[in-house]
This record gives sequence, C-alpha cells and structure tokens, in this order.
Amino acid sequence: MLEVKDLVVAYGRVQAVKGISFSVEEGQIVSLLGTNGAGKTTTLRTISGLIKPVSGEVWLDGERLDGTPAHAIVTRGIAHSPEGRKLFPRMSVEDNLLLGAFTRRDHAGIKQDLDRVYALFPVLGERRQQPSGLFSGGEQQMLAMGRAMMSRPRLLMLDEPSMGLSPIMTQTIMRTIAELRASGTTVLLVEQNAQAALTLSDKGYVLEVGRIMFTDTGEALLRDDRVRRTYLGLDL
Amino acid sequence: MNDTGSLVTLAPDSSGPAPTGERWIRFAKPARWIAIAGAVGVLAAPFMAWAYRPDALDDVSFWGEPSPLQWFAFALGLLLLGCLVAPFVIKPRPGRRPRRLLAFNRGAKAAASGSLVYFAVASAAIVLELGGLVALEPGAWAGLAGALVATVATRALPEGHDPRLQFLNTPAWGQILGIVGAVALVLFAAAYGLGQDGASTFVTFGVLCGVGVYVAARVGVMGWLSAAAARNRRALVLAAFAVAFLFPMTQDGSDANMSIAVGVLIFAATAMGLNIVVGLAGLLDLGYIAFLGAGAFTAAILSRSAFATLGWSPPFPVVVLISGTVAAILGLIIGSPTLRVSGDYLAIVTLAFGEIFRITMNNLDGVDGPNLTRGSNGIPAIPDLELFGFDFGESHMILGVQIGRFANYYWLMLLVLALIILVFTNLNHSRIGRGWVAIREDERAAEAMGVNVFGLKLLAFAGGAFLAGIAGAVKAHVDVSVTPDQYIFMESAFLVAGIVLGGMGTVGGVLIGASILKLLPEKLRFFEDYRLLMFGVLLVVMMRFRPEGLMPDERRQLEFHADDDELAEEIGENIEAHVIPSLAGAPEPDLKGDDA
Ligand SMILES: Nc1ncnc2c1ncn2[C@@H]1O[C@H](COP(=O)(O)OP(=O)(O)OP(=O)(O)O)[C@@H](O)[C@H]1O
Ligand SMILES: [Mg+2]
Repeated sequence: MLEVKDLVVAYGRVQAVKGISFSVEEGQIVSLLGTNGAGKTTTLRTISGLIKPVSGEVWLDGERLDGTPAHAIVTRGIAHSPEGRKLFPRMSVEDNLLLGAFTRRDHAGIKQDLDRVYALFPVLGERRQQPSGLFSGGEQQMLAMGRAMMSRPRLLMLDEPSMGLSPIMTQTIMRTIAELRASGTTVLLVEQNAQAALTLSDKGYVLEVGRIMFTDTGEALLRDDRVRRTYLGLDL
Repeated sequence: MNDTGSLVTLAPDSSGPAPTGERWIRFAKPARWIAIAGAVGVLAAPFMAWAYRPDALDDVSFWGEPSPLQWFAFALGLLLLGCLVAPFVIKPRPGRRPRRLLAFNRGAKAAASGSLVYFAVASAAIVLELGGLVALEPGAWAGLAGALVATVATRALPEGHDPRLQFLNTPAWGQILGIVGAVALVLFAAAYGLGQDGASTFVTFGVLCGVGVYVAARVGVMGWLSAAAARNRRALVLAAFAVAFLFPMTQDGSDANMSIAVGVLIFAATAMGLNIVVGLAGLLDLGYIAFLGAGAFTAAILSRSAFATLGWSPPFPVVVLISGTVAAILGLIIGSPTLRVSGDYLAIVTLAFGEIFRITMNNLDGVDGPNLTRGSNGIPAIPDLELFGFDFGESHMILGVQIGRFANYYWLMLLVLALIILVFTNLNHSRIGRGWVAIREDERAAEAMGVNVFGLKLLAFAGGAFLAGIAGAVKAHVDVSVTPDQYIFMESAFLVAGIVLGGMGTVGGVLIGASILKLLPEKLRFFEDYRLLMFGVLLVVMMRFRPEGLMPDERRQLEFHADDDELAEEIGENIEAHVIPSLAGAPEPDLKGDDA
C-alpha cells in the first residue's frame, strides 16, 4: 500500500536520508531499525508531509503522496505518532484525542473510538479533563498513541511508541499494535526495542546513516547475527 | 547553573516567615475594636465638610449634608463596619470541624485598604485643586485618620481559612436568584454611574464599585457567584441580555447616555469580532479597525445620503451583507499572503494594512483616484435607518417610557452584538474552535493532526472581518457621517487592549474590558489627554498581576477546576479537610500581595 522510491531528504546541505526504497503491504507490520541518527524519524516525517524530500517519490495505493500538504495526508488515511509525542500540553486529554479525530465528522464513531482508547488506557479515561501537560512521560506516550488511533488510519506510523514506558506498558503497547493489525490497520513502526518490534513485524528494514543496509522478515532478522550484535546487544 | 539554582530554592522553604496576620494573633481582639473605631471615623466623615471651598470634587464643603461622593465613602464605611462586626453575629457552625463560609477578616482588610485609598485620593485631589493642605476641612482628616487606623488595625486580624461559600449546596432557584440579583445590581450601578455628570463623582463611584467587588471577592461571595454562574450559564446569559435590553428604560428618553451606550456597544461588538481572530485563533491583528471602516464606508456609499457616490441604495439588510462581504474580501486579500508567515510579521503587516486603508479612503476623492469616499470630507448626512416601518430617527413611547434615537440604535446594536457572541461561542465549542486552539498551541503539531492551518487561519481572519463589517454598517448610520480619520491605528490598539484587559478568548471578559476602555474616556473628558498613558500603565499592571485578564479563559483554568462539581458535593458531606484549601486557594494565585 505504501511505496517509497529513492527517497532523498536533507536538512540544509546535510543529507539525512540518502536514497532509500521500501514498501509496506496492506495489513502488515513493518519495522524500521537503525542506530541513532540513521534517518528513521526523518523518513516518517517525510512520508507524513512535514518535510519535503529533495528527490524521490512516495506512493500510497497508487497515488503520489509527496508534495501533498501534511493536513491533506491525514485525510488520505495516514496517522503519525511523532517522536517526542508532540502533544498539546495545555489542552485536556479529551481535546487531544478529539484533535486526533479532527478530519472525521462521524460523531458516533468518534465517541466509540474515544471509549476504545479509554478502555485501552484507563488512566486516560480517569483524567480525561486534565491538561495533558500534567501527565507523566509514559502516560503522555499512551495519549500520543491513542491520539494517533483516533483518526482511524489505514496506515499508522509510530515513532518509538515504547519510549519511556515501563516493561508492562510496553507489552500493552505491543499487544495493542498487534490488535490494530488484526482489525485491519497497517503499521509502520520505528522502535529501539528491536526484540519487541521484530517479534511482531512481518518485515524489517535496517537503516544506517541514511541508507538501507539489509531487509528480511521479522523472524529472520531476529536470528541475524548483525542484528543480534548491534540491536539486541548480544555477545556473539 | 543548576546547582546554585537548587540551593537557592531550598532556603526559603525551610524557614519561611509566618503570614503577617498570624504573627499578631494575640492582638486580634483589641485590634478588632480599634478597627471598629476607625470605621466609625470613616462613617462620620461624610457628615462633615471635606473642603474649604466648593470648587473641588463637585462640592464637598457642606456640614451635615453629604454629597454623593461623600455617600460613597459612607458606603465604604458601612462595608468595613459590616465585615468587622459580622463575626460577632454570625458564629461558625459548631461541630467537629467548624465550617466558615465567609472570610470576613479578609473582607475587612480589603475594605479598610479601599477606604484608605479612597480618602487619600480624594484628599490629594482637594489639595491639588484648592492649593495646599489648608484646604482640607475636618471631614477629610477624620476619614483619612479613620481609614488609616482601620487599615493598620485590620493587619493584626488573622487571615483565616479560605471562604467555602462556593461549596455550599444551594438549590437551583437560589443560584438563579443570586445571578439575577447580581445582574440587576450591575444594571443599577451602570444606570446610576452614567447618570453622574460630575467627573469626580463618576470616578469615585467607579472606585466604590471596584472596592465593593474586591471586598465581595475576598469575603467569598464572588466565588459563590461564579460557581453559580458556571452552573447556570443559560440563566446568566438571559439575565444579562434582559438587563442590557432594559437599560434604555432607565434613561427617561435622555440621549446623552444612550449615545455613549451605543458607542460602547459598537466598540464591544467589534472587540468581540477581533476576539475570534486574536483570542481563538491567536493571530495578532493590529489593523482590525480597517474592517469596521470598510463596512461603514460601504454602508455609507450604499445609503440614501445626498453625498453617496454610487447612487444605488438597496434595503438595509442587503447593505449589511454587502458590507460584511466587502470587509471579508479585504480580509482575504490581506490574509492570504501574510497568514503563511506567523507571529510578529502578521502584526506588522496588519498594522501597515490599517494605515493603507485609511490613506486609501482619503485618496478616493476624485482627484487622486476614483471618487468613492469624497476623501477626507467623507460621506455626511447619512439618513436614519428605516426597518420594517420602524423609523430609527424618531422617538417612540414604549411602556410609557420615551425611547429616543440612540436607544433605537442601541437595541439594534444589541442584536448585532448578540449575533456576534453567538457566532463566537458556537465556533469556540466546535471542531473548528478546537483546531484554532491547536494552532495557537503548536502550529506544526496541529498540521500533523490534519488541521488545515492556513485555511483555518484565513477563516478566522475573514470571518472576523465579516463581523466587523456588519458592525460598521450600523455604525455608519449611528454616526451620521463616515470619515477616514475615525479609523486610525489608535482605535485598533484600543480594541486589542480591551481584549487583553478583559481576558483573551472569553465573552464576559472582553465585554467588560471593552466597556471599561470605551466608557472611561467618554465620561471623563479631562482624561482624554492622558488616556494613552493611563492605558499603558493599566496594561503593564495587568501583565504583572493578572496576565490572564480580568476574567480568564476556562481552558486556562481547566487545571484548577477539573473536578469542581464532585468536590463541591464531597465538601458538602464533610469529607477530608485537606483537599479543600488547595482547591479553593488555587483560582486566586496572585492576590496574596494585597495584604502586605
Ligand atoms: N531538524 C534538523 N536539522 C538538522 N539536522 C537534523 C534535523 N533533524 C535530524 N537531523 C539530522 O538528520 C539525521 C537523521 O536524524 P533522525 O532524527 O531521522 O534519526 P533517527 O534515525 O530517528 O535517530 P534516533 O534513533 O536517535 O531517533 C541525524 O544526523 C540528525 O542529526
Ligand atoms: Mg528518531
């Protein structure tokens, strides 16, 4: 469904992404792995229209996506939970979630999805009227995830969704991602927790300094020596 | 950096001085009696002469016959005495944990300081006007001394707990009664204040009202009122509009005050339109008055005035729509190139636009350009409106009261204002309003949520312009003539000042802020020369002590009031005490300086 071709992205004269190509099939979970500064966040930001690429193409369901303004890309069915959350700290939890659903107008469906998020993360439901800035880092991460779900995206892009979460919450997030896929959402995942991410993933791409070094299925990557050494920290 | 910072913050926590009141607690009893003596002094002062000659403060030179200005001092004295004596009469309810609903000591402190300020300012005015301390008669001295004694003595009274009246379970009819009573009091005060011809009496009445509100807030009445108002929004709105509607009835057909009132309404309606742009979408527009001007010029050109340059005059409802549309189109023209840049640039561009508008109107005089506005002469002799057979220029008898020309326009403007408020509140609570708040908070994050940032900004800009255009169309007929120099930058600045003063993004606050800013210079001619200075000082003081405005936005108060309803019930059932102080103390974080 998503197709990225020869994407080059630069900040000023520094190229952060140096011509990468990859694809995400409908109903899959695909992971982008890479060391710090490899260009994962840059890639996601480019897909969601927040940065304009220098060259290359992004296609969604056979339609060209690059060059479309960011707000219109949300309407196309892509939601992006950005790195560092980017919540609206002075707005309440509920307002944050409703902003996630900004492009939708089906009130009944929005209400239903609100309840779903509150059921998933009870702490959000209990404090729905409080400003999100008062929440702990992990709680804010849950809100960011919930907010991204609120637009009922066909493609959900998550940038380090487990950042700052306790192991038990990380499990909840991973389970949620699996459930989302089961209900038909495609997921493009960036994670430092390679073990958890690859266990879920159908496919993984490994980036290094702006280039894709290799790719394989999630299982195969979990067994790959290079991955085990660099990302799982195993002594071989 | 960090290390020293933490050291410094640690120190005051461990050994903070006790609050002033509590340290002198053993003097509380005698202090109360001394303060009562002071209050008696304040009460006696109005019955003595304050000044030697009659030409200061609208004549306060009589013995035994208080002038209005002196009666105000008497009222302050009553307020002070009431707060001091009340604890003898109203004992806290006995029980495991006594509940104090009202904080009379705080009220006494506020009333005493208020009286002192009142007498100090009055005495200073007399001394300055009549030349020297010799001009002061015993009354002024008695009042000053009484207020001073009371102020010092009330310092020794304990602060007491935060008042808990706002958590009192009140039946719905009681709440509504309270709201209606308060709103009626506002009507009475407004009618009375506007009826005062003497500038000093008007100012001192304003001071009395201010002190009264402040004392009520300290005692705890205001907390109850705002809680009631929050729970009965509809009753509040209805009462407010009923009162505003009835206001012309109190004026006996006199046009003097009604013309001021219409001016206030036009200003308030324009401010409310600008409030959408500044308060909701967060776009600083410093040339907003141009949209009011665009509406006014359009209506003037399309009017039946002999000086109208087009010779086409459609009925007024059509004119209103055209005026709004012209203003909105101007908004689009100025907005589309500038709204992509953010912040300071927009302020500069709109400021320039306001000037360009005025100069253009000056130049469309047939010499430098097509003759549309007759240049600096403008378009005079705009006839009065006639809508559905109702002639706005004539006086009418309604319910036995004479309703003059300005009162007619007052009612029309009230409708326009109601419309603008309706648009404002609906937008504020809609999806679009949420989008605007998101833009205000973080433009890029909003874009990532699917908010069309540019489109929504443009909508705010053009929508605000449209509403100003409508107000301008009415203004043209009220003013009879439209000239370019009515639409100078200063007016835009005052609009923004009114919004900031009242509380950005609110309805009540902006209405109050706009009314204050428009009313003061109208009523106080001598003030005219200093009004810029005064407003500058006022805004600086506001930014220091209450940056969120007189009546802050509820979204900004969310933090404090999240569980108000539940808590109020809990407290009614006498549940744990420790929850209460934090909640009740939270909404007034900036007031503690007043007792120092
Ligand atoms: N706004 C920016 N301006 C300039 N350079 C940037 C900017 N953002 C990122 N970069 C650079 O681009 C490169 C890729 O950054 P990116 O944030 O995409 O990495 P990442 O793979 O997400 O890393 P991490 O795992 O640490 O989040 C880095 O070298 C980074 O320094
Ligand atoms: Mg990153």
